[in-house]
Amino acid sequence: MDPYISISELSFRRGERLIYDRLSVDFPRGKVTAIMGPSGTGKTTLLRLIGGQLKPDQGSVVVAGQRVNELSRRQLFELRREKMGMLFQTGALFTDLSVFDNVAFPLRTHTDLPETMIRDLVLMKLEAVGLRGARDLMPSELSGGMARRVALARSIAMDPELMLYDEPFTGLDPISMGMIVKLIRALSEALGLTSLLVSHDVEESCSIADYLCLVSDGRVIGFGPPDELLHEGNDEVRQFLRGDPDGPVPFHYPAADYRQELLSS
Amino acid sequence: MMVQRLGRRGVSAMQSMGRAAILFYRSLLWGGPGSAGWRDLLQQIHAVGVRSLSIIIVAGFFVGMVLGLQGYTILIDFGSEAALGTMVSLTLLRELGPVMTALLFAGRAGSALTAEIGLMKTTEQLSAMEMMGVDPLKRVITPRLWAGMIAVPILALLFSTVGIWGGAFVAVDLLGIDEGAYWGNMQASVEFYEDVVKGIVKSVVFGLVVTWIAVFQGYDSVPTSEGIGKATTQTVVVSSLAVLGLDFVLTAIMLGGV
Repeated sequence: MDPYISISELSFRRGERLIYDRLSVDFPRGKVTAIMGPSGTGKTTLLRLIGGQLKPDQGSVVVAGQRVNELSRRQLFELRREKMGMLFQTGALFTDLSVFDNVAFPLRTHTDLPETMIRDLVLMKLEAVGLRGARDLMPSELSGGMARRVALARSIAMDPELMLYDEPFTGLDPISMGMIVKLIRALSEALGLTSLLVSHDVEESCSIADYLCLVSDGRVIGFGPPDELLHEGNDEVRQFLRGDPDGPVPFHYPAADYRQELLSS
Repeated sequence: MMVQRLGRRGVSAMQSMGRAAILFYRSLLWGGPGSAGWRDLLQQIHAVGVRSLSIIIVAGFFVGMVLGLQGYTILIDFGSEAALGTMVSLTLLRELGPVMTALLFAGRAGSALTAEIGLMKTTEQLSAMEMMGVDPLKRVITPRLWAGMIAVPILALLFSTVGIWGGAFVAVDLLGIDEGAYWGNMQASVEFYEDVVKGIVKSVVFGLVVTWIAVFQGYDSVPTSEGIGKATTQTVVVSSLAVLGLDFVLTAIMLGGV
């Protein structure tokens, strides 16, 4: 396996709480990998560590051969500009710019292309997400699903090698969800992207991911193709993928004995 | 306990001052007024400056009228009501113009800046910019700082000008002071460098400080609706106090002949 992202011995704490304790994991080039796990295990934090928005306390994050956590501010911005795209949960469109100008923003900022060429590029990206006809709308006029598709068009505007998706399926109606699922898969294949998506929607993630990476309590508890994990993973992995209410992760929050507690008053 | 809490407060205040200094260094010292494009700068000047015009003009006129009334009742006792024009214009150009403008600017434009940037942070727009390889400090903060520095001196001059008219309206039209004395004495005693230029210098400093506090409060805010509310209040309180404190320091330096 040829890793595009390589994380080794990474520790990260937020305040007193240790989120990752010497985590090591590789993400393969040109594949879609879904990072999954219960809420609050720091999946989004992992994306931010890869994108360099957070710095680990220990260990290293290597993306495309560069140590993200040791780059200078200028080098980090250069790496993001040339290699990375990120889709945020809320879309994060610039509210004062139209759909067209949002997608044109990275092109106008980073290139000296003439306006006619920028127009063509923007229309191509918008066509890819099916929203060429919505180019004159403002972000406030878009539905949640449309906003996310515009944000997707904007994040691929500079033709990145790596796409990071932060909870791309959360809060969407079934049709919009279907569109996003299809788009992530299609874009990854058409552009040969390395894609990393953070999610806890098992069904959708399994349908498009080449690999699943299950994270719980700051460790990787399972990594592999979805089918393999579902059948051969350990109990904790299977509980998560099947959505069993009880198992290695107990239904009950730790408490004193039930009978004793009721009788003791 | 008390000492501990006091210490913790002191440390966190120092830390946020440090972060404010870093923001200043990265956005202003590393980025000229056109670093995000001249169109963007113009838009920001429009947003903070042009939209503050009405409040500045109305406030300036009233302050000028009050100065005219108060000055008249004081000066008439000494028989020197002819010096009213001088008094009104010097008070406005040296002090009230820059200070009142900065205070009004903090309330009108500063709070709006804080809320705008805080909301951009909450909705991950600043993060999105970072991930596109665009530095939000240069793209968002720098043009706003320059816009504040450019807009406030112009607003302060307008405030003083309208105030002087307001004074003239009360003095000449209502109280019957000789029009020639009002304007003539003013022209004879107001000096361009000593009064006008020093007033402009003050308001450039005030404009920078108020805008700096406003953008920092927004950029540093806790990304929740409560956090933005708190940051907005902080902007008005901190920048108003900063303006009044700085005014004393600047006046002392300027009168000291520096």
